[in-house]
Amino acid sequence: MRKGFVRETALVLLPLVVVLAVMPWLYNNQLLLLNIVVFLVLAQGLNLTYGFSGYLPFGYVGFFGAGAYGFALTLMHTAAPPLLAVLVGGVAALLAGLVLAPLLRLQGAYFGLASLAAAEALRHVIANQDLSEITGGPYGVRLDVPFRPVLTYGLAIGILVLVMGLVAWLRQSRFGLRLRAARDNPVSAATAGIDVVHGRLVVWLASATAAGLIGAVYAWSAPTFFPEAVFDLSFSIFAIVFTLFGGAGTLVGPVIGVVVLYGAYNVIGVSAPKYFQLVYGLLIMALVLFFPAGLASLAVRRRRDG
Amino acid sequence: MLLYALLTGLIFGLYFALVGLGMNLVFGVMRIVNLAHGDMLMLGAFTAFWLMRVAAVSPVITVIGTFVLFFVIGLPVYYALVPRLQRSREPEMLSLILFFGLSQVIEAIVSLLFGNNERSIPSRTLGGGPVSIFDQTIPFPWIYAACVSVVIFAGVYLYLYHTGFGRQTRAIMAQREEAVTIGIDVHRVSAVAFGLGTALAAVAGVFAPFMLGSFTPSIGVPIDLVSFAVVVIGSLGNPVGTILGGAIYGVCLMLMRTYFSTLADLLPNLVLIGVLLVRPTGLLGRTVRHA
Repeated sequence: MRKGFVRETALVLLPLVVVLAVMPWLYNNQLLLLNIVVFLVLAQGLNLTYGFSGYLPFGYVGFFGAGAYGFALTLMHTAAPPLLAVLVGGVAALLAGLVLAPLLRLQGAYFGLASLAAAEALRHVIANQDLSEITGGPYGVRLDVPFRPVLTYGLAIGILVLVMGLVAWLRQSRFGLRLRAARDNPVSAATAGIDVVHGRLVVWLASATAAGLIGAVYAWSAPTFFPEAVFDLSFSIFAIVFTLFGGAGTLVGPVIGVVVLYGAYNVIGVSAPKYFQLVYGLLIMALVLFFPAGLASLAVRRRRDG
Repeated sequence: MLLYALLTGLIFGLYFALVGLGMNLVFGVMRIVNLAHGDMLMLGAFTAFWLMRVAAVSPVITVIGTFVLFFVIGLPVYYALVPRLQRSREPEMLSLILFFGLSQVIEAIVSLLFGNNERSIPSRTLGGGPVSIFDQTIPFPWIYAACVSVVIFAGVYLYLYHTGFGRQTRAIMAQREEAVTIGIDVHRVSAVAFGLGTALAAVAGVFAPFMLGSFTPSIGVPIDLVSFAVVVIGSLGNPVGTILGGAIYGVCLMLMRTYFSTLADLLPNLVLIGVLLVRPTGLLGRTVRHA
């Protein structure tokens, strides 16, 4: 078990971190690099809950927005330093995760849409005209925070290491094995003495916290935003699609998904922005119809055949 | 005020039930959530816009024409997507993503062809002036939409409970595997149900410009959430439940708009979460779900 963990981190996580750390010297679009790390964290965070407990939260962006607003509100109403505010963002998302934990009683599409409704509800509360004094309401927030590109990029990579470390550990540990047993057959798993609810709750909260932390870092790097921008449903959809494309429940899958698809999206976004939505929709449909278990499943199938 | 809110709430409720009915039918029969439902509705609104406003076709013919057209469109969409989806490991979950993709494609094509402008149809197109019920003045198109909804509910009821195909549809809703075993052609029945779902969404779309004020290519996702809320409040696979769900939703919406207008947008979301947590089977649900 130990060996597998070391091998996976050495083969996937370490090279990825090295590449990400070197990139700023090779490529000077800071914002794009940060966005790549943001999507890597979101995809791996979603991987935690979808890959290991089978719950697909369509409203995952709610935690991202909770983190961004947790960060923003802390800076607006207290004298806390930005680093502390990032932590508050993570805690805000964790609390949102706790409040929404009862949703885990639902299954399948019910859970997906209920979590989406929860994210929308949170957005409407924050964007409410009557709360403009506190949250900035529909007019968004404009934070007065020092611009520290190196620090925010480093923080984002740090969060990525934590999330991916957790995924790698879940893949190898007994706890992760129990989770996957509960995902594949909750009744048998419970009969075998596995605490199904506890495991689900742990990955759900970890997943929420990851999204909140990265939401806070995102808010720090782009400190002027509207509620619609940080509660944009595309964050959820992107995270889901990247994870599915590479293969949920694997460590390398979501990374492949982000590199290939986010790369492709940016190419289309620059070369043919008019057709972006069309190509994006077609890609999603092709993904579900032809590789519902992701690219990683092709490798697994070949190994079994050979 | 209160009477007006209740009355318009019931009228909108009948309309919202029509909006949700197609989604309910598709979920009940195929166990998939059609997130392109809202976009079918949007396409229906565009059809109505051209037929009634540009070509000056009469409303009755517009409704019938839209129904037939979108029923026919629904059949190939079913065969292209659903059988393949159902062979995957988790069709219910993946359906959300697949049909979200379809909704993006539809929205993109419509915006590319016709632009993102808001469109509306003047309410006199449907004829008649404001109607007075219990001393409350109600715009005529609202009444029109509510009446059409009632006619369509009756039609769907007759189809499900008084035709052979409808009986087979209900058999698949109740027990898919057993329906296959006794020789029901699941794909043929499901294709018809999908076509009906598409047609119902499009007919609801015909009235969308009057009920919602205006429409754009991007109304799809918010409409999906409303439909899902309405369907879940009633119960999945229960047409009577959808009418009840629509009525409850409509009345709540109008009460919120009257008394807490800034919070009205929160409503579909809160109702959806609340009902799912308290009674996941919906108000008229019977079967027990295994949590």
